[in-house]
Order: sequence, then structure tokens, then C-alpha cells
Amino acid sequence: MPTFLFWIFAALMLVFGTAVIINRNPVASALSLVVSFFGLAALFLSLDAYFLAVIQVLVYAGAIMVLFLFIIMLLDLRAEKLRKINFVAVSGGAAVALALFTQIYYVIGRLRGAQQTFPALNDKIDDVRGIGLLLFSQFSLPLQIIAVLVLVATIGVIVLSKRELR
Amino acid sequence: MVTLGDYLLVSGLLFTIGFAGVLLRRNIIIIFMALELMLNAANLSLVAFSRFRLTSGTPNYNAQVFVFFIITVAAAEVAVGLAIIVALYRARRTTHVEDINSLKF
Repeated sequence: MPTFLFWIFAALMLVFGTAVIINRNPVASALSLVVSFFGLAALFLSLDAYFLAVIQVLVYAGAIMVLFLFIIMLLDLRAEKLRKINFVAVSGGAAVALALFTQIYYVIGRLRGAQQTFPALNDKIDDVRGIGLLLFSQFSLPLQIIAVLVLVATIGVIVLSKRELR
Repeated sequence: MVTLGDYLLVSGLLFTIGFAGVLLRRNIIIIFMALELMLNAANLSLVAFSRFRLTSGTPNYNAQVFVFFIITVAAAEVAVGLAIIVALYRARRTTHVEDINSLKF
């Protein structure tokens, strides 16, 4: 993938990620999150992770965001009114986030290999086959645990959404 | 050319955006979306490392399997979390975290 495409999709992802936390309207936030996930899927493609890019679009941009939009419309949330802003809490939160990013920046700067470009691949790459073989041989127990987890989540959601909780 | 550090920097920025969203926003659904942003930032750096450490000419698929598991767990987590938010909204008629303070000392 050409270099400028990487920067375009990274900027798309970051700008719409910022829009998620800036928008006051939850529907606009959710739609910005969808665009951000598409940018991330494009970055996965640039890293030759085709299977994960498809999964990202199907599961995140498809299923999860539809769930978010569905709940927002079910609860009928409007754009929230501007409340009194607690300036101590806001500046404290911004300072902590800034400190976290500074730390990440310095760790990446000291990482060996952070300045290297990616090595060349074999000309043929079949990542679905590689991931599938690993999933059903080395990671077969975690795969079954995940399956049980999804079942538990399904039952839990049904119990939680009953009218009366006892 | 794009280096590994560029991908890690973008991933760190996305994580910071999500972290700032969790700290600064007061709407519980927006906080939940910011959590998803942080999970995705972690996924991006995992995939970048997987592409960087080649094993016999192909990416290291262990990392990609890990990302697959993270996406699955995130889907389950979103379903349960949104069900909890709906139950909370039924009981309290609000999604604003400052209105939910019965356990506050």
C-alpha cells in the first residue's frame, strides 16, 4: 500500500475517533465510530491481514454498531444539554490522558526496531488458512471457551432484558 | 516508507482518544463507545507486530488469532453491556453517570 494511503486512513480513523468523543448527539457519535472502524479495517488491509479486515467490517461496523444504534434509538436519547462543567475534573482527565500519550510516545521512541520498515513477504499469502489451522489445532481449547462465553452472554442478555429482575 | 513506529504511534493516539473519552464524557453510551476505541487500538498494534515479525515469510498468525479472540469477546461484552444500560435506563430514566449515585459515599 502506498505511503500516502496509510496517512489518509490513519487520519480518517483518528479524526472520526475524536468526533466520537466530541459530538453531543449519541447518533452522530455512533456513526463517526463506524467511519473510524472502516479506517481501521483499511489499516489492517495495509498490514496484509485480509481476514481481520473483513471480520472488522462485518462484526464491528456491521453487528456491534447496529446494536449501538438500535439501543440509542430504543432509549430515544436526544443530544444532551450542556451541563455545568466541572473544570477540575475535566482538566484532570485531560492531563492524565496527555501524560499517558507522552509515556506511549517515549516508549515507542526507545523501542528497538520502531524505525525499521516492514520486511518483505512471500509472494503468496493465505492468511485465512493460517489462522484457521491455528484456531483448530493449537488454540482449539480457547476457541471452545470463547464459544461457551458467547452462549453465556446470549443467555445473560435475555435474563437482563426481562421486565422484572428478581 | 511506513515504519513499525508509525503504526504504533497511530495506535497509541487512538488509545489516548478512547481513554480521554472515558475520563471526560458523562454519557454512559459514549463512554462505552470510547472503550471500543481502546480495544481497537490494541488490535491495531497487535496486527502491526504480527506483520513485523515474519515466520518463514508469512505474518505471525498467533497475533492475528489473538485479535480474532479480542473481537469475539468485545462483541459479547457489547451485548451484555448494552443490556445492562437498558436495564439501568428502565430503573433510573437516565444515561448520565452523575445521576447514578446511590452507591456514592
